[in-house]
Amino acid sequence: MITGGECCRRWRYWNFVPLTLGSWYSLAVPTLSPVRQKTAVRHRVIVRVTHWLTVVAFLALVVSGLEIVISHPRFYWGEVGNVNMKPAFTLPIPASRDTVPTGYNYQWPDQNGWSRYLHFEAAWVLVLTALVYGVWGLVSGHFRRNIIPVRGERNWSAVLSRMAKYLRRAPPDKREEKSYNVLQRVTYLVVIFMLFPAIILTGLAMSPSFVGAFPAIALIAGGKQTARTLHFFLTWSLIAFMIVHVAMIAISGFWRRMRAMTIGGGSAAEEDR
Amino acid sequence: MSLISRRRLITTGLATAAGATGLGVAAKLSRKYGLVPPDCKGVYGAGETLTYGAERLFARHAMAREFPRSMICEKPFANEIAPPTDAFKRMQARNFVDWRLTIDGLVEHPMTLSLADLKTMPVHSQITEVSCEEGWSHIAEWIGTPLSNVLNEAGLKPGVRYIYYRAVEPYLWETIDVDEAMHPQTLLTMGMNDGDLPVGFGGPLRLRLPRQLGYKSLKFVIHITAVDSVKNIGKGLGSIDPEAGYSWYAGI
Repeated sequence: MITGGECCRRWRYWNFVPLTLGSWYSLAVPTLSPVRQKTAVRHRVIVRVTHWLTVVAFLALVVSGLEIVISHPRFYWGEVGNVNMKPAFTLPIPASRDTVPTGYNYQWPDQNGWSRYLHFEAAWVLVLTALVYGVWGLVSGHFRRNIIPVRGERNWSAVLSRMAKYLRRAPPDKREEKSYNVLQRVTYLVVIFMLFPAIILTGLAMSPSFVGAFPAIALIAGGKQTARTLHFFLTWSLIAFMIVHVAMIAISGFWRRMRAMTIGGGSAAEEDR
Repeated sequence: MSLISRRRLITTGLATAAGATGLGVAAKLSRKYGLVPPDCKGVYGAGETLTYGAERLFARHAMAREFPRSMICEKPFANEIAPPTDAFKRMQARNFVDWRLTIDGLVEHPMTLSLADLKTMPVHSQITEVSCEEGWSHIAEWIGTPLSNVLNEAGLKPGVRYIYYRAVEPYLWETIDVDEAMHPQTLLTMGMNDGDLPVGFGGPLRLRLPRQLGYKSLKFVIHITAVDSVKNIGKGLGSIDPEAGYSWYAGI
């Protein structure tokens, strides 16, 4: 206290009091921090993280799902289906089990053990990621701002005119540097709110335990085997989406888009400047 | 800028502390309420624990769907079975009158029952679906006595957590948790549709668990043991399934 000058330069425990209070204050009042507004980041951190978690989970689900399918490459409609019944269709491939008549003299190695373990673990990653993204998207207004088509473009003519623009290979207009155009929004709406929920529900509709607890799931899906068949078709719809999605990114500048979705680069306009 | 990094530091610190405490509490609670499966270790342990834990929390007492008689399959599919042992063939030749089911372990009254003894117990019939992990399924009527009848008669001692059941082939064995064992649809099955349970479907005695995939419904059951832990059975993973790379819990 007497040697006041030295006191100021040295750390004392009471220095932490205002420091901590200040931090709490800045937590409570985020307007104090000027950092967010400085650069227009195309994708928020939460979008980037949930995007890549979804990619990893989806790829694991596709690989393990195909491994599971080859143990019985026959598909049915309704509740039940087995080799004593006529299938709706059969994949023209060998099976990994010798009880399935495929017409081939070859049997794939049986990989169902790890495939099923991996499938459900990846499904948990997907579902939990979807929950985080879904709740954040609703609360933050992300869906309202970026996914639902803007007012005035919620009609077929807006969709068709944007499609025509793609076909003419016209450059995107200014607005699209900040967010998605109507075609992208419709696509993401379908993928986020229809295909992913449907593939999760049809997956759950195949679980004897889950269906026991929530029988409505089986009714909605139209039976266990219908759920399995739809699950298979939904997989291919999502794979088709993924191929188009990656192709569009390649066309519009692969590395710039990759940067925007990983370390979080700005919009195209800012980089060109 | 320094304000931001300090804020980050404190937020991260608080989040880490909360996360660590949360995980610790969660681990303790899940052990206490039996939410952790025996195959909880390894790369797939997390997913497996989430699946089994979710079932324990939300579907422990749920009933498997039962179907109208009109949905019974005309030609049910019998999956391949291991070639019968000599002991099995001898019993089959005498119409299984020598078939015995032993109940022992942590029970008040260990006992040995013949099929005739089992048939004096209250009969239960259910029309449920067999779902295979391969993807196929069929519906049949299954007739027998709930496992809970036998376990109640034997009297489970406190501390029983798993029921360990074995087939006539010594290398085929399974365990289930005690709630699954006492579930009203867990059936010591002796009949199918309108007759005795055929050998192809696990006759003369199969433990049917309609809430799990077919591979948990062991065929040719001869021995049931009440245990407090599965650590000392086989590799300690709960059944032959994880030893062969399959999940112990098969409700999904």
